[in-house]
Amino acid sequence: MPPISFLLLIRFRIPNAIHCQQVGAAGKKTSVEAKTSCCNWQFHPQILETMASIFQGVGAATALSSSTSFDTKKFQFSSRRSLPERKTSFVVVRSGASKMDNGSNRTGGRADHLVTNAVATKYDNPAASTASKPGHELLLFEALREGLEEEMERDARVCVMGEDVGHYGGSYKVTKGLADKYGDLRVLDTPIAENSFTGMGIGAAMTGLRPIIEGMNMGFLLLAFNQISNNCGMLHYTSGGQFKIPVVIRGPGGVGRQLGAEHSQRLESYFQSIPGIQMVACSTPYNAKGLMKAAIRSDNPVILFEHVLLYNLKERIPDEEYVLSLEEAEMVRPGEHVTILTYSRMRYHVMQAAKTLVNKGYDPEVIDIRSLKPFDLYTIGNSIKKTHRVLIVEECMRTGGIGASLTAAITENFHDYLDAPIVCLSSQDVPTPYAGTLEEWTVVQPPQIVAAVEQLCR
Amino acid sequence: MAFAGIKVIQPLALHASSSDPYNRAAKSIATPSPFLGSTRTLRINQSLPIALSRPASSIVAAVSDVFKEKKLKSTSDLLLTKEEGLEVYEDMILGRAFEDMCAQMYYRGKMFGFVHLYNGQEAVSSGFIKLLKKEDSVVSTYRDHVHALSKGVPARAVMSELFGKKTGCCRGQGGSMHMFSAEHNVLGGFAFIGEGIPVATGAAFSSKYRREVLKQADCDHVTLAFFGDGTCNNGQFFECLNMAALWKLPIIFVVENNLWAIGMSHLRSTSDPEIWKKGPAFGMPGVHVDGMDVLKVREVAKEAIGRARRGEGPTLVECETYRFRGHSLADPDELRDPAEKARYAARDPITGLKKYLIENKLATEADLKAIEKKIDEVVEEAVEFADESPAPSRSQLLENVFADPRGFGIGPDGSYRCEDPKFTEGTAQLCFDVEMKNLMLNMHLQG
Repeated sequence: MPPISFLLLIRFRIPNAIHCQQVGAAGKKTSVEAKTSCCNWQFHPQILETMASIFQGVGAATALSSSTSFDTKKFQFSSRRSLPERKTSFVVVRSGASKMDNGSNRTGGRADHLVTNAVATKYDNPAASTASKPGHELLLFEALREGLEEEMERDARVCVMGEDVGHYGGSYKVTKGLADKYGDLRVLDTPIAENSFTGMGIGAAMTGLRPIIEGMNMGFLLLAFNQISNNCGMLHYTSGGQFKIPVVIRGPGGVGRQLGAEHSQRLESYFQSIPGIQMVACSTPYNAKGLMKAAIRSDNPVILFEHVLLYNLKERIPDEEYVLSLEEAEMVRPGEHVTILTYSRMRYHVMQAAKTLVNKGYDPEVIDIRSLKPFDLYTIGNSIKKTHRVLIVEECMRTGGIGASLTAAITENFHDYLDAPIVCLSSQDVPTPYAGTLEEWTVVQPPQIVAAVEQLCR
Repeated sequence: MAFAGIKVIQPLALHASSSDPYNRAAKSIATPSPFLGSTRTLRINQSLPIALSRPASSIVAAVSDVFKEKKLKSTSDLLLTKEEGLEVYEDMILGRAFEDMCAQMYYRGKMFGFVHLYNGQEAVSSGFIKLLKKEDSVVSTYRDHVHALSKGVPARAVMSELFGKKTGCCRGQGGSMHMFSAEHNVLGGFAFIGEGIPVATGAAFSSKYRREVLKQADCDHVTLAFFGDGTCNNGQFFECLNMAALWKLPIIFVVENNLWAIGMSHLRSTSDPEIWKKGPAFGMPGVHVDGMDVLKVREVAKEAIGRARRGEGPTLVECETYRFRGHSLADPDELRDPAEKARYAARDPITGLKKYLIENKLATEADLKAIEKKIDEVVEEAVEFADESPAPSRSQLLENVFADPRGFGIGPDGSYRCEDPKFTEGTAQLCFDVEMKNLMLNMHLQG
């Protein structure tokens, strides 16, 4: 019980009244200054008193002191908790077509049968009681496979195509065993012809199948750019809504361990402008499986970015079926002082930095944006409205990456809520060098994140 | 008796002198076509043996036996019935009249952009597509109006699309180069050459998948991929030939070799201009056919489609054809030799079929005139319909970007963007805050 109460309070936007009141002892200040100084983690005693009384009111056990922030462990709820005021990100999907799959998009394309409000009031979430079931532990690549297999079992139109996905089981073993189970046509080993087999997947999708196209490395999809941009992205529109392209394009990308420049690319920055596609990035076994399933069920073309270094992450995931939302971000660690937006592998660098930051007395809020296109401006916005400071940590290159777009989107939408310019930490604008030392300096490392937060929260 | 003394059977040599009795016979089968300005002549060898059985490496360029026999026999056996003849004729007349009307409308400012007309190539479209079922798929390029018409898309829908009206087959969103029809299985309409071929391969894959994985045993849908000579130097062409032959996909690759890729002569861009030869290199039959003769095209098409339906795999058909107009309506068409154009104009497929129908008493002049008149009316009506149709409204702007519009994401207020009432009105700013949005809307309304 108590953790959830804390949760509600953390999500509660501290009203302006407290911001202004806290400067009572220090004399009159303008509201801007008040906001600035209130962001200093050294809370004014008045605030602490107020908060203490609130917490005592709900029977919280934690005593507040003026020298420490809240014990983060208490608030480090897993991403699978649903927030009452937000549409749950954890659903048990009933069998049958989704609400959107009503064929009305043929001629109209209007979202006539949408969930009427993405912010559901109360959602009966039987799966939230995962505590009752043990769950099972597995590695991220196994979680992807599990999701994929479940979907293939559920719908015979779901098929896989790519290089070495069949007999070899996938270069990262995501499709291991599937060809034995489903046959060589349903798990298709293609020749090395990315543009053509991606196009083939698109043609198959237009004629009723639901292919998952694997790029052995996301970088190889540069060869498929023609098909991804023109046909994946645009065909639904240029056909006036007559054909849908329910493909999932997935594969490992990102900077690995000395894989060299061409195998270390971040294609999310190149694809992000393509209209008509969605992009998601998984980062944990839990969200990998959920996003894989969601991507397969979506009628839109979805590009699922996996990361070469994350395939062996282990986590315990629920036994019961679940599908995550493609458009939602994931709250990794709620906090008060700064919003750190990240995705994929950088999430782990951020969490590592967060440990250091917490020891230094900061309280960062970490959000894994997960949906790279479109951005979940609700989760992000709520966070910014609370913390007023944003740090983006990404693996894309500085120029034209996801961080660049996110910076623009936040500035446009939430400019008034910012107390400081947005800081975006990205990889260097260099081809990823082979040498280990150089490669390390190419991507953002935890000490840089710590330094950036300290700078931001000064 | 002149042949009695010959012991050694010479192989057919198409360029030997015409006094050689052996080659007189050969010449009646082969149709050599020297091209102006070329340093090589295309050797059209139509009597190579067929080897359609496995293994793939033994397949050589082939022409169907049926076709060859028919050529050698007298024309007492007709190649089609009266009904079929009139159907094909009507289709070709529709194609021609429609394209001529497009040119008119373009110069009158009713349609814009790049418009690529099909005049002269009607035999290929009618010859192939009229043999298809509704469930079979057609994939084309930017020169797609007539393919769509042949497949059954109503002329008014195509004309409307060209005019950019909301009643167009793609709601005005595709235009000349993107003709699609889910009902008639026209899978596009592609602006970049070669990018439709993988899509066609995918449609053929679907067909095979349905039969073998989904166990729909009666699924024998075939796919036709139409593209030009320029495309045959593109990677996607070769990659798809490989995959189609590898998996024996029910697809026919139809090359409309009109010898010119805008201003680039086929002979200047291709190391080996005989495209049909590229089929056997990948393990499928390659056929060359006179694309100005709809009956010849039809015969080859029957064989190729039959092969595909029986699950015997793909075929590459090279149709030697010609476009009477420029590459597009913006092309001044200055590079092609008038003599070449005249030569092909003399082989106009419509005139050819008309001659055949009349000579073989399959139709009278009056029948054909009636068809032409009917088509004129159809095309006129299509133009009227398109003229009177409304242009797409603002609200259509953001529709159809996603099949599932939740793909636009969640806005700052927590609801999905597409739930925003301003969304379908096309005035929703996808990145702006609510207040900003209202401000913009007000500014817009105030003009």
